[in-house]
Amino acid sequence: MTAETPSIAVCPACVALPAKGKVLPKLDPSEVAMRRVELAMPTVHCAACIAAVERQLASRPDVFGARVNLTLKRVSITAADLPEIEDSLIAELDRLGYPAKPLDSAVLAGAESDKAGRDLLARLGVAGFAMMNVMLLSISVWAGAEGYTRNLMHGISAAIALPAVMFAGYPFYKSAWGALRRGHLNMDVPISLAILLASGVSLFETIEGGDHAYFDAALTLTFFLLVGRYLDYKTRDTARSAASELAALEVQKARRITDNGEETVPLDALREGDILAVAPGERLPADGVVTWGDSELDPSMLTGETLPQAVGPGALVRAGMLNISGPLKMRAEGLGEETLLKQITRLVETAETTRNKYTSLAEKAAAIYAPAVHILSLLAFLGWGFATGDWRLAINIAASVLIITCPCALGLAVPAVLAAASGRLFAQGVLLKDGVSLERLADIDTVVFDKTGTLTTGNATLVNADDIPAKARDIAAALAQHSAHPLSKSIAKAFSSDLHITDIKEHPGFGTSGQLNGEPLRLGRADWCGAVPVAQTAVWLQIGTAPAQPFLFEDELRPEAADTVATLKAAGLTVRLLSGDVPAAAGKIAKAAGIAHWTAQASPAEKVDALNALAAQGHKVLMVGDGLNDAAALRAAHVSMSPASAVDASRSSADMIIISNDLGEVANAYRIAVASKRRIIENFSIAAVYNMVSVPLALAGFATPLIAALAMSASSITVSLNSMRIGKMK
Amino acid sequence: MNILAVLIPASLILGGIGLAAFFWSVKNNQFEDPKGNAERILSDRFDDDPDGN
Repeated sequence: MTAETPSIAVCPACVALPAKGKVLPKLDPSEVAMRRVELAMPTVHCAACIAAVERQLASRPDVFGARVNLTLKRVSITAADLPEIEDSLIAELDRLGYPAKPLDSAVLAGAESDKAGRDLLARLGVAGFAMMNVMLLSISVWAGAEGYTRNLMHGISAAIALPAVMFAGYPFYKSAWGALRRGHLNMDVPISLAILLASGVSLFETIEGGDHAYFDAALTLTFFLLVGRYLDYKTRDTARSAASELAALEVQKARRITDNGEETVPLDALREGDILAVAPGERLPADGVVTWGDSELDPSMLTGETLPQAVGPGALVRAGMLNISGPLKMRAEGLGEETLLKQITRLVETAETTRNKYTSLAEKAAAIYAPAVHILSLLAFLGWGFATGDWRLAINIAASVLIITCPCALGLAVPAVLAAASGRLFAQGVLLKDGVSLERLADIDTVVFDKTGTLTTGNATLVNADDIPAKARDIAAALAQHSAHPLSKSIAKAFSSDLHITDIKEHPGFGTSGQLNGEPLRLGRADWCGAVPVAQTAVWLQIGTAPAQPFLFEDELRPEAADTVATLKAAGLTVRLLSGDVPAAAGKIAKAAGIAHWTAQASPAEKVDALNALAAQGHKVLMVGDGLNDAAALRAAHVSMSPASAVDASRSSADMIIISNDLGEVANAYRIAVASKRRIIENFSIAAVYNMVSVPLALAGFATPLIAALAMSASSITVSLNSMRIGKMK
Repeated sequence: MNILAVLIPASLILGGIGLAAFFWSVKNNQFEDPKGNAERILSDRFDDDPDGN
């Protein structure tokens, strides 16, 4: 097999590997300025994809290096800093069959520095190395080494363990010290105390030539706890980098018209009075007034209403609305505090501060565990000290109590489950921003859905096809083929036609006109076709001077919506619909989805009030929404989810993002959350059972380093195995 | 027991080499793209040129 033939060709793009192109002379890296370009490539998935992409890019004269990261589905390119280099690289990858999108490097930069992760990994490595070596030496002591040999083994162990414990345990000491200084006790206080006391006592025993040294226990403890810490870190880091990638995909720019033509500027650079151009398919970058052009705007992301608004010169428009049909020019007005966007941002902030503080299971466990352990070992110290007068024995027993209470199983109990659960969710297309939201999700008793874009697809579908005469269908389809308007596309998809229509002309903002056998035809807005507008999304067809025929559209329910609602109800949850749209539309969708409780025409503030009212009644609510009008409600809810197609503000408010765009994942995530919570509680129980057996032994003074090592390893491994069941769950 | 004088340093040195190798790999971004590395090993292309350029 040669390098040109991919070994595993599962995607069509991989089979079509390009022949090695002609090699152009490379630009000299020392002569041109270089820059890094980061592109997201969602479709790379195999070795052949990597090879194809890297080879193709490397064969370009202006590329000095390209590296695909399959884990992040990204390619990082070092290229000559030429104008338009990004676009030309994207075009190149597109030709190769891999759609690529530019990532905003400024947004990514924050998530890029994985220093903390590497730092933890290095400490984990040191703890692991030291643990294995000291364990090896300890085995000879447990096997019966005595006298000089035992002292030698203890001495070498000390030489390895002390520096390792100092270096590897640093994150715990730092966190414990931080908590103590503020007068708190956290999980890291008993951990640090156990590690340091065990090392100190063992060092003393080694110098004195004593029987027992707990160096291996101190290291094992550090190692297992660092594993937990690393899992925890990785869970959050994966979510954070995926979330910032979503944000980086949405490069926010506006096109400003100046005396010298058009320029693309970031949103922050807009000033009041700027004239902006908005092409069909783009979102309005600012609030303002239309100065030129006619079009229809889709306000659904802003208000939840699906009915498009016709606008012309002089109309007031809001940032975030989608321009559907014709090009527009607008004057930016009321920037700053007064835009709707800013008002919603303020609502989000208010909701954030009133969100009740949630005590996670780990915090609850630490609150019971930390004082209990300290009191227990203090009592052991004082009890043995006063009873026997042998304070060296007393401190030895106190240390063994601290070590044997197995905080390592407790330290792993939560992160191991969350790592397994978030990995599982990620594979199914749900992004978890932090672990606590999974615990919150397990507690819910009510689910509140937004309508537009959440329960529905956000795409209009023709609903009165059967009432339309065949001739009108044919003509409409023929006209619609020539228009890029989303409703026209929908008509062209529904019917096909081979009528020959002449003089076809598109009138941006109004519709499409044409002629058939000398009769004028118009397909478009109601007032343009001589009809009276109805309170529903509609396109009208006028043939000659006859009354116009309406084509009615409705937002389509997602195919999986009804099943999802049924599954959630079967799980004992109350399902509600909270929509900004008119009652007729909201009621219809609620009925189709099987939701009994619904509210329509809710403003963003009313949505927040509705959620607060539910919370006041003691309900724990999961809010699922995508529009800008949901952003504050998502923050006010106990826990929230948002599809990846949602606006940026909503995605950043939500605790979870459904990347796969499948509403069924709501029910799935709930199931996994409930199972995760059960695993966490099981893990705590397992740790408790180990403690119940081993703590009396330690208090009675029977604990040896061997028993400590066995209890610690056994409980940590049981807890990890139990956690991994989440990944195997059906 | 003289054998200990050989075996203990030997085990420590071997372990130390392993630790050094681990540090090197962390520093050199060997843990940045575990999925990619799992796939790259399947293609002959990267055998002589692991950087892929």
